[in-house]
Amino acid sequence: MTDAAIALTPPRRRVRDRGARVRLWAYGMLGLVVLGAVWELYKALGPADGLVIGEARVLPRTSDLAMPHLWEMASRLAEPVTRAEGARPLWLEVVLAAGLTLGIAAAGWIVGVVVGIALALVMQRWRIAESAMLPWIVLSQTVPLIAFAPLVRSWGSRIEIGAFEWQDWMSVAVIASYLAFFPVAVGALRGLQAPDRIHLELMRTYSVGWRATLMHLRFPAAVPYLLPALRLAAANAVVGAVVAEVSTGLQGGIGRLVIQYAGQASGDPSKAWAPIFGAVALGLIAAGSVAILGLVFRNYRRSEEQA
Amino acid sequence: MTHRIRRLATISAIGLTAALALSACSAPAETPDGSSGGEELTPVKLQLQWLPQGQFAGYFAAQEQGYFEEAGLDVEIIPSGGDIVPQDALANGDVDYAIAWVPKVLGSIEAGANVTNIAQIFQRSGTLQVAWADSGIESVADFEGKKIGSWGFGNEWEIFAAMAEEGLDSSTVEIITQDFNMNAFLSGDIDAAQAMTYNEYAQVLETVNPDTGELYTADDLNVISYEDTVGAMLQDAIWADTERLESDEEYQETTVAFLKAVIKGWVYAAENPEDAAQITIDAGSGWGPSHELWMVNETNKLIWPAPDGIGYIDEGAFDDTVAAALSAVNESGASLITEEPGEGVWTNEYIEQALAELDEEGVDVFGEGFEPIEVELMEGGN
Repeated sequence: MTDAAIALTPPRRRVRDRGARVRLWAYGMLGLVVLGAVWELYKALGPADGLVIGEARVLPRTSDLAMPHLWEMASRLAEPVTRAEGARPLWLEVVLAAGLTLGIAAAGWIVGVVVGIALALVMQRWRIAESAMLPWIVLSQTVPLIAFAPLVRSWGSRIEIGAFEWQDWMSVAVIASYLAFFPVAVGALRGLQAPDRIHLELMRTYSVGWRATLMHLRFPAAVPYLLPALRLAAANAVVGAVVAEVSTGLQGGIGRLVIQYAGQASGDPSKAWAPIFGAVALGLIAAGSVAILGLVFRNYRRSEEQA
Repeated sequence: MTHRIRRLATISAIGLTAALALSACSAPAETPDGSSGGEELTPVKLQLQWLPQGQFAGYFAAQEQGYFEEAGLDVEIIPSGGDIVPQDALANGDVDYAIAWVPKVLGSIEAGANVTNIAQIFQRSGTLQVAWADSGIESVADFEGKKIGSWGFGNEWEIFAAMAEEGLDSSTVEIITQDFNMNAFLSGDIDAAQAMTYNEYAQVLETVNPDTGELYTADDLNVISYEDTVGAMLQDAIWADTERLESDEEYQETTVAFLKAVIKGWVYAAENPEDAAQITIDAGSGWGPSHELWMVNETNKLIWPAPDGIGYIDEGAFDDTVAAALSAVNESGASLITEEPGEGVWTNEYIEQALAELDEEGVDVFGEGFEPIEVELMEGGN
């Protein structure tokens, strides 16, 4: 769609009727039910020892060790974590851990978004900055996290400015932001460069400065690019936070629970799935929160581009 | 142009400040314990080599029972995660002391790490290779042609050293990397799985045998202990920064005080395994009570009795570890070390002083009368 056409099209009606919304939820639920049915069906009918072709395992085993029943996983969630006195129910432990990870991921996301947009602005403003920085930004994502995480923790542990002392969770947030800034930088740059030449030239004939052009033309045009980028960044921040927790050994988050319960998976196979469900929910919540941002900017969101 | 740059800089600065401020209040900061009245206490950071668990009960007990504080220390115990290598954290100066297995650190020392073993807490190796009773695997010599499990990451050297003694090398077996649990062994992907007496062995014993509906028992398993082979290597030791030991008098004094408190912690764990297990759980270990108690009890067995005093480094045992490390070649053809480590890799100077002082104070540092308790494992370690 050309921009002229966009300008002529009335904003799409976003308020759907109630029936459509209910139907959407119903489809979502149906998807979950189908997934559950496939799990149980495969467990009932699949080969007990799975399927191995050559050296590669194509189908998983169906044993209770590898694939606990859905109801076992669900009932395990309601039971206490251990039989120790005062142990919380498993679901609460997972929710608390997910809450901590979500907080850290949110911090990482905010830092990542600010840095990403700042980089995009610099690259948009000076073409030479784009040539100089963009390859490095792409390259930055090829650094393996396992190499990066201990370094961040090591640097962080030396930072102490006045009363401010580097906390372990900040290392995790930094790593989350490291994954989060990339889609934002790339998406925002494309968005800022999205306005048609004709509009930019119009601005120039009005002798409008760079900043006003930015506020009135470039930022609004960037919104359709930015929203998917922000959503990607949210998902990246969650993944980064979970992996970095494991990597740096931060206590209390969902990544730690994944490792901890994986060690207990032989005697208590259902328990190991609880933090995995928590991590899935976390990703959904994070991406969903960005959808709220989409509502705020809905006037600018005529179409959404792929980041 | 300059005003534009300045404006941009201002905006970025405001943005960054806001982000920092926001992030500072968005997640609860976990402040380490023991920050009360820290003026005269010497801050010390201790890096563990894994998550909090009974293997480290003595350190947590020393913390909880106030032994560190009595010694004038404010100790922060830092658990490790997947990618934190304790001896590297120590060599980088991130921490003051680290707990690590001797063979792993020998590798790091050859790679340039400047660290010294100041106390050999575990006197015996706790590594096992566990096979099913009907597998025909009863000794390391039976490994030939079998699928042998190992965690890798420096935990595999005892296997290769023991195999080297039997004339086997890594090409004669199939090495399969194990993860955090014994599922691969239970499912039959591994013929003989690596297991620590205090952890993975118990994991099997707290799993229900689907054929009987009861927990697996020791009778279902063949257990090969590396302690009985020449592959045995020294494990949990306390490592210190070599340079600071040589030049920093305050660090030398801290080292003795630290070792004394640690020893008291382990004596406490030997005498009160139930309490030590509870302390460890309170310190953030996620194991069930019976597994945790098993862990503390088995760990005690690796330490006590200590004929020369807990932590004393037996030169012969250390040399044996070096010899085993020299002989081991892993599945990718790499050796752990290629030459004997130089002087200063270990010293008994500080542990001797700590032991002497504690002996004078009436602390039993030898544990001659040590008796392990009986622990009944429950399903899932619960």
